[in-house]
Amino acid sequence: MTDIYEILRGEKDADGRYQKQSVIVQGITGKYGSEHTKLMIEYGTNIAAGVTPGKGGQKFENKIPIYDTVKEAVDACGAQIAIMFVPAKFFLNAAKEALNAGIKLLVAIPEHVPIRDTMQVIELVKQKDAIMIGPNTPGVIIPGLIKVGIMPASPFSPGKIAVLSKSGTLLYEISNNLTSAGFGQNITIGIGGDPVNGTRMIDAFNMVKDEPELEGMVIVGEIGGEAEEVLAQHIIDIDFKKPIVGYIAGRRAPKEKRMGHAGAIVMGTYGSAESKISMFAKANIPVAKRPGEIAILLAGKMSSQ
Amino acid sequence: MRLLEYQAKDLFKEFGIRIPESIASTDIEKGRTDAKNLGYPFVIKAQVPVGGRGKAGGIQKCSNDDEFEIKYAQILDMTIKGEKTRAILLEKMADIEKELYLSLFLNRSKRCYTIIASSDGGIEIESVKNQTIRDVGLGNVDDEIAKEVANEIGLNDKQESEFVDMLKRLSKLTVAKEAELAEINPLAVLKDGTLMALDGKIMTDDNSNFRHDELLKYQEKSELEEQAEKSGFSLVELDGNIAVIGNGAGLVMSTFDMLADNGGKPATFLDVGGGATTESVYKALELISKMDKVKAILVNLYGGIVKTTTVASAFIQAYDNSIIDLPVFTRLMGAESDKAKEMLADTKTQMFDSVESAINSVVSEVSK
Repeated sequence: MTDIYEILRGEKDADGRYQKQSVIVQGITGKYGSEHTKLMIEYGTNIAAGVTPGKGGQKFENKIPIYDTVKEAVDACGAQIAIMFVPAKFFLNAAKEALNAGIKLLVAIPEHVPIRDTMQVIELVKQKDAIMIGPNTPGVIIPGLIKVGIMPASPFSPGKIAVLSKSGTLLYEISNNLTSAGFGQNITIGIGGDPVNGTRMIDAFNMVKDEPELEGMVIVGEIGGEAEEVLAQHIIDIDFKKPIVGYIAGRRAPKEKRMGHAGAIVMGTYGSAESKISMFAKANIPVAKRPGEIAILLAGKMSSQ
Repeated sequence: MRLLEYQAKDLFKEFGIRIPESIASTDIEKGRTDAKNLGYPFVIKAQVPVGGRGKAGGIQKCSNDDEFEIKYAQILDMTIKGEKTRAILLEKMADIEKELYLSLFLNRSKRCYTIIASSDGGIEIESVKNQTIRDVGLGNVDDEIAKEVANEIGLNDKQESEFVDMLKRLSKLTVAKEAELAEINPLAVLKDGTLMALDGKIMTDDNSNFRHDELLKYQEKSELEEQAEKSGFSLVELDGNIAVIGNGAGLVMSTFDMLADNGGKPATFLDVGGGATTESVYKALELISKMDKVKAILVNLYGGIVKTTTVASAFIQAYDNSIIDLPVFTRLMGAESDKAKEMLADTKTQMFDSVESAINSVVSEVSK
């Protein structure tokens, strides 16, 4: 399986430091694309090229070359990572283009992508042995090293906790809470709020679980689907020992209403918070009632082990 | 979107899935004409976007004009699990031998479509026993799988071939309309041995609406929800009296949970979204100001991409234009929150360092 750490940080050099990996931005000249490209550069991410059809040959901020196609951009800079800012209806073609050009880690920011398009791209992702984060994700960050996403920089600090979250703002809120309590993050991955995700909770867990530096994990779930239940069962099955704490948003949400995210909907008992919380309990994962409790729960869990 | 029974049956009909003779109406005048055309006896069925209407009295048999006058009006006026009757379906009764279950749904964790079928139908899926389950990728069902499913739920010979045909049609519908769920329940075996879809439930993917103009006539949105969508935020209206506003679905849900845990009653779930601007937040405040039931506003923002000052400017504008006169309880974190707090210092907005304390104050405010 493609290793997300290897793609995001490569191998350590002679001084024991990770190298800056190249990133391509699809839709670099659009409003969000350009805004977030600047913020990623500010964070220290190596944005090596941009793609906007029809604008090939131009430069972004007089510096970063723009190409008409992902293939040309990959040929020029050799990047394995792409982040996509395109309107939802162009997602399918843009994602196919990136994967066919050899991109191994695709971070898909667009919200409101039709599920059928996501499912088709997932088929291609499997064929290419690539990773897609999203769609409808804030992205992925290894604090202090690389930010491929739209998350603000301030909540995050380097450390040893992995945070996996369906929600963007809760990821920021909880990471900020962890940072304040002295728990830096090894990696944080936005799963996204859609019903079908390129990287599911369980996939994200499997991507990070064997990281040697990892000391604990925070799982931020929400109502809808059964990703949390499936993950909890997996944690039981493999007898994973590192401390994990959880949070589930939407305990008090009405049934059969979509709560902001396309995926956040309870149908009958399918997707209910109760079901998720009780499965977490079986997997020995304490669930915070408020985001503000996460750091305290994690500290407790870590000291008891 | 979630289609009502009669709308789902429109689609069944379009795809050649056999349904009972039925006519939908939204007022009693048309209902009377429909009744004449259909002929007694028939059932009057409340069209509501929730399950369990039978138990709530939303489905009643009707045999003559007198019964019709009373029951039509009564069912049209009904509210079932908080949902008002949207329309009435008059439907001929079928001679049922046995009730089966059949659905195709989007299996989120497996990321494929899944067929569920059972020889025990007519009840909610959670209670359906002896489920036959088959994963079918992107939703296309071939003869071989359809036959296997038919045999597993005990159908053979002519019923098998009718079932195979029906399942393949349901699959075509699911793929063509991008349904997340297409359910026939009950799927009746009639006394004469033939099959018929007696009730249907279809949910389609809202994100694919842009390529399904033909479904837009089924879309049902309150004026509020429509305006919210235009302005780029998502809004769910509830019965309470505290409007909850925030950025990001997860953060708003979490605020909502904490408010309800502390005895507060949310009137809105309002996520201004990742692309919020001063204009869109102003629009949100305008919408809330039109809701008489709202007694206070609870704001929880984690500024990142959306700066808290963007939101603060919208509040200042709303105060300047006298759009809001309600007490506002606010917790601002993240990007530019110090500046935002300064901007709002002399307004009716009360600032809190934690969402917990903002919630305590808003709950005691509305219970005054």
